[in-house]
Amino acid sequence: MISRREFLQASLAASTILGASGLSRWSRAMAQQTMTQDQLLQFEPLGNVTLIHITDIHAQAMPIYFREPEINLGVGDARGKPPHVTGKDFLEMFKIKPDSPEAYALTYDNYVDLAKSYGKMGGMDRVATVVNAIRAERPEAIVLDGGDTWHGSMVALKTKGQDMVDIMNQLGTDAMTSHWEWTYGEERVNEIVDTLPFPFLGANIFDAEWDEPAYEPYKIFERNGTQIAVIGQAFPYLPIANPKWMFPDYSFGIREERMQAMVDEVRAKGVDLVVCLSHNGFDVDRKMAGRVKGIDVILTGHTHDAVPEPVLIGETIMIASGSNGKFVSRIDLDVRDGKMMGFRHKLIPIFSDVIEPDKDMAALITKTREPFKKELEEVVGETSSLLYRRGNFNGTWDDLICEAMLSERDAEIAMSPGVRWGPSLLPGDKITMEDILGVTSMTYGETYRTEMTGETIKTILEDVADNLFNTDPYYQQGGDMVRIGGMGYHIDVSKPIGQRISNMTSLKDGADIDPSRSYVVTGWASVNEGTEGPQIWDVIADHIRKIGTVDLKPNESVVVTGA
Amino acid sequence: MTMTRRDALALAMGGFAASVLPLPALADATADAIAKFTGGATAGEGGLTLTAPEIAENGNTVPVSVDAPGATEIAIYAPGNPTPGVAVFKFGPLAGSQAASIRIRLSKTQDLVAVAKMADGSFVQAKSTVKVTIGGCGG
Repeated sequence: MISRREFLQASLAASTILGASGLSRWSRAMAQQTMTQDQLLQFEPLGNVTLIHITDIHAQAMPIYFREPEINLGVGDARGKPPHVTGKDFLEMFKIKPDSPEAYALTYDNYVDLAKSYGKMGGMDRVATVVNAIRAERPEAIVLDGGDTWHGSMVALKTKGQDMVDIMNQLGTDAMTSHWEWTYGEERVNEIVDTLPFPFLGANIFDAEWDEPAYEPYKIFERNGTQIAVIGQAFPYLPIANPKWMFPDYSFGIREERMQAMVDEVRAKGVDLVVCLSHNGFDVDRKMAGRVKGIDVILTGHTHDAVPEPVLIGETIMIASGSNGKFVSRIDLDVRDGKMMGFRHKLIPIFSDVIEPDKDMAALITKTREPFKKELEEVVGETSSLLYRRGNFNGTWDDLICEAMLSERDAEIAMSPGVRWGPSLLPGDKITMEDILGVTSMTYGETYRTEMTGETIKTILEDVADNLFNTDPYYQQGGDMVRIGGMGYHIDVSKPIGQRISNMTSLKDGADIDPSRSYVVTGWASVNEGTEGPQIWDVIADHIRKIGTVDLKPNESVVVTGA
Repeated sequence: MTMTRRDALALAMGGFAASVLPLPALADATADAIAKFTGGATAGEGGLTLTAPEIAENGNTVPVSVDAPGATEIAIYAPGNPTPGVAVFKFGPLAGSQAASIRIRLSKTQDLVAVAKMADGSFVQAKSTVKVTIGGCGG
């Protein structure tokens, strides 16, 4: 009998996203001719269980550009390991040719040229085609949604997530977990959950007052005579990273001992396979995988990492399926006598010009957009710069947002949250309200204006940095660094809290930030109840209307050391 | 507009610790309190589980639980608080389990300490870091 180790190694070799096609440097037309839907879907079936994982869609129902990070630093044990590998290092690690479709989908290098060649990615109608094709071959496949699904677009904001609920229902989702879903407020969450034809899982969601489980922790599926437990893990730091006042009756947390108890409970019930559908973030899941015994597969989400091969932690495999609808993971498993004997995995890139849209899903998406068509399509300007956000520090979208806030709100320093969502725009693209809402839409988008001392600003930077660069993943919240406008600073990511940030200077005159002086600060996405100010998307739109064309200078105001 | 330090910090999307000063391993007051509880005996490890959130959702009410099968007393200390002694639970011979849960207030990020006195008179100790931050921007 083949050993599990041999099986894993054999599977790993077979799991690169496009097989051994070795595409590179193709023109878009060539790419379309060469890359076919069949090729993208090609998969030699294995075993008796199929999982389909999609996560962090952020309500991107339509195809988008999404540039993967250039800077994604790992600290402590995670240093230099996936997903903390980018650009050329990533290509070398996974043996991907530069300028190939895989390089475009998974890295940032030469992004604009490749985007013009290979086109947009994602689109839930294309995702539906892929899911349907897998289901045609494996009717008992289980479709699992890792959360951050109902939030992130203008249509989702206006329908309070209903467009994505309808889309995911039509897709045939079998279970989901959650994060940004909660920013519609607990009443809305429960209103939707009552209508869902599948469970809303969260082993770590507790009643805040009574400290007892509030949602189904797991669901056991029977497929081809095999019992598969899917345990849900919602984002652990919801009440800290997002406004707690919107869901005051619930408590979250990692609750490692609860996860172990749930694994033991389903094992005691005799399940053959234990899957964790997680929104912990990659590094938190990696640590959890090493400490909680008995999980076969972790479908990880939250940190938006697209990793083309499974990461093995002891006896557990971790699957990271990217974000924004760019990828769908298919995992075939050979499960016998209560043991995972082998697996095969493919991170399927959703090239929107190659994969045919599913007609029913396309019709549903059109219908959800129809009432807002005029607002969505309103053009406010254009960009001559590539606009993107993803990365540990300021992206160009963030620079534009901070510039807009400084100008429109007459402030010295601007702060913009280091969220990981938000599609990219290419140079020459028009900027529509839909594009602006795509990087800003939320239920607490008010742009505040206040005063803070230099000392307070440093304290904030130190604390956010510790949420990102604490060497113990259980103390990381999974957001990127807060984006700053009007001020530069140095950061040594290897230092402990209180010692990472230095050389804070005003960009206007190069003066040091005075700890005792008060500065006028503007920002958005405050977690405080009752924050007042205009919505951030209106602030940005007003600014772009005035300047007409966005043309950003390279931003070198953050100096990073210790990586 | 006048803002208190707490308001200003909560307003910004960065989460932050109320204090960024390095913490001493154990404040003297805590060491003194523990020495009094143990009668000066050295506390070992194992047999005592201290469960607390890694990051407090609300520093004003942090759920903490302790479990030490066979213990006669369990004490909890918050070395970063102005008064480190939090609680001492005593278990009689008829107690069905030697476990307790409590909600406590933590003024800042700190290492919670629990010490259990076992039936044979020995002591065991457990630590857990709880980070106290206000606001954040995970996403």
